[in-house]
Amino acid sequence: MRYGQAPEVLRDIDLRLTPGSFHFLTGASGAGKSSLLKLIYIAAKPSGGHLRIFDHDILTTPRTELPFLRRRIGVVFQEFHLLDHLTAFDNVALPLRIVGQKLEQYQSDVIELLDWVGLGERLWAYPPTLSGGEKQRLSIARAVVTKPDILLADEPTGNVDHAMALRILRLLVELNRMGTTVVIASHDQDLVARSGMPVLHLEHGRLSTQPAAAPRQFPDDFDTFPQTGIL
Amino acid sequence: MTAVEDRGPDPAASILPAQDGRDLGLVFTVAVLSFLACIAVIAALAADRAAQGWARQLSDSATIQVRPLGGETGPEAAARAAEAVAGVKGVAEARAMDRKSAEALLEPWLGKGNIPADLPLPQLVTVDLTPDHPASVADLNRALAAAHVSAAVDDHSRWMADVRTSGNVVRLSAAIACLLIATAAGSVVAFATRQGLAARRDVVEVLHLCGAEDQFVARLFQMRFAALATRASAYGALAAAAVGAILRLTGGTDGFSPALPIAWTDLLACLAAPALGAVVAALSARSVAMAILREQV
Ligand SMILES: Nc1ncnc2c1ncn2[C@@H]1O[C@H](COP(=O)(O)OP(=O)(O)O)[C@@H](O)[C@H]1O
Ligand SMILES: [Mg+2]
Repeated sequence: MRYGQAPEVLRDIDLRLTPGSFHFLTGASGAGKSSLLKLIYIAAKPSGGHLRIFDHDILTTPRTELPFLRRRIGVVFQEFHLLDHLTAFDNVALPLRIVGQKLEQYQSDVIELLDWVGLGERLWAYPPTLSGGEKQRLSIARAVVTKPDILLADEPTGNVDHAMALRILRLLVELNRMGTTVVIASHDQDLVARSGMPVLHLEHGRLSTQPAAAPRQFPDDFDTFPQTGIL
Repeated sequence: MTAVEDRGPDPAASILPAQDGRDLGLVFTVAVLSFLACIAVIAALAADRAAQGWARQLSDSATIQVRPLGGETGPEAAARAAEAVAGVKGVAEARAMDRKSAEALLEPWLGKGNIPADLPLPQLVTVDLTPDHPASVADLNRALAAAHVSAAVDDHSRWMADVRTSGNVVRLSAAIACLLIATAAGSVVAFATRQGLAARRDVVEVLHLCGAEDQFVARLFQMRFAALATRASAYGALAAAAVGAILRLTGGTDGFSPALPIAWTDLLACLAAPALGAVVAALSARSVAMAILREQV
């Protein structure tokens, strides 16, 4: 793919995401991680080749059908893209309001989800008053509230300290265990290595795959993260 | 879920950020347009009423101009003519106009006391017709001929046509004015929608990526501008109704009222403005928003 007339930022990409898989997407800054994710969450179209999402060829799918594909993909944006004039609660409720749910339908789900990401006490706070880690978790809550089939997270641990990074990673692994296909873009080599998860590596616009490495080296309490019934 | 801050869930929480003060200019513009449209309609209704009044007066009467034959004075001929047509079916009353009345008709043009006593004035007979089955010009001519009176009958049909034409012109002008005003209102709303979409590109992008259809996004702008236009049109309509009421109250018989007889019911036309404004704004905002959104990925 390319931006306007600029040179291609991604080429010869051959990637197939198996449902239920978990991948890290690594590469230096500017390698094209965000661009690849954008292709997958249909915010950009490839300048060549084929892109099939949920068995729909994106280049030929009518524009009016794309929203229904996007609803099956949750995205944690690098810059969050939270709406500053809405409370944490209303930010998370947004995808549900878009699909036409009423307050009575989504209220308890949204509150439970915000509880799960540790924002149970910040329900009515506005994003500008939240810390980086809180915004990150709010953004994750919004991405998963519709129970998407795929979750894409762009540098979800980029703005937080190590303890918070682990906490966020746990949330994402937990989601994967519940069946969600997860792709996490990150340049935090240490975190990626410690997780032992399969890695997709971008360099010079090309993608290489590294299978799952050593067994997980997360802290002991990692597996005891509380289960939740809503997802 | 413990310490809840000062507010709870707000099902109406506006997905578009609240007004930015930028909308003030739009409110003012739409209010002015609504005011002008209401004034145009009120004026048209009143003018129509005036035209109908004139038309009724004209159609209910005829004028006969009598030419005295040799050996007969003007008033004598006029009296004979009046007598001749008075019996015709469809005539309610026929009166020879005396010199004083004829002079009174000329006064506005020549001035009081400026009419020389020997100025030859036309001998006129005014005929009131029965409104249901008015006598035709032919009926009157036949009666006059039978009585050997030389006269020309004017049933005012020429004036009637003029009155009717001017009534149509007023109506058409008001309709065109309203159409132009609606178009102008639509254009300013279209412009504001384009601006709003550009200013809120971030929000629109988030909505799209969260799976919103174009209709969902367009509806947000449609609702916002419909609400704004309803409010603004109501202001304009209220102002127009106030002006109409003042004209109605101060018009009097010597004021505007004879020319522009505003009725209280005319002011009811203003009630339609908010709804029409909302419809125009909604249609305009929706079509512009849909067109712009279709251009995006
Ligand atoms: N919106 C854009 N317009 C033009 N070029 C862009 C845009 N976004 C990214 N790029 C370019 O594409 C390349 C890859 O960027 P990106 O996908 O953001 O990389 P990463 O997320 O790995 O840091 C960079 O060279 C960047 O400058
Ligand atoms: Mg990036």
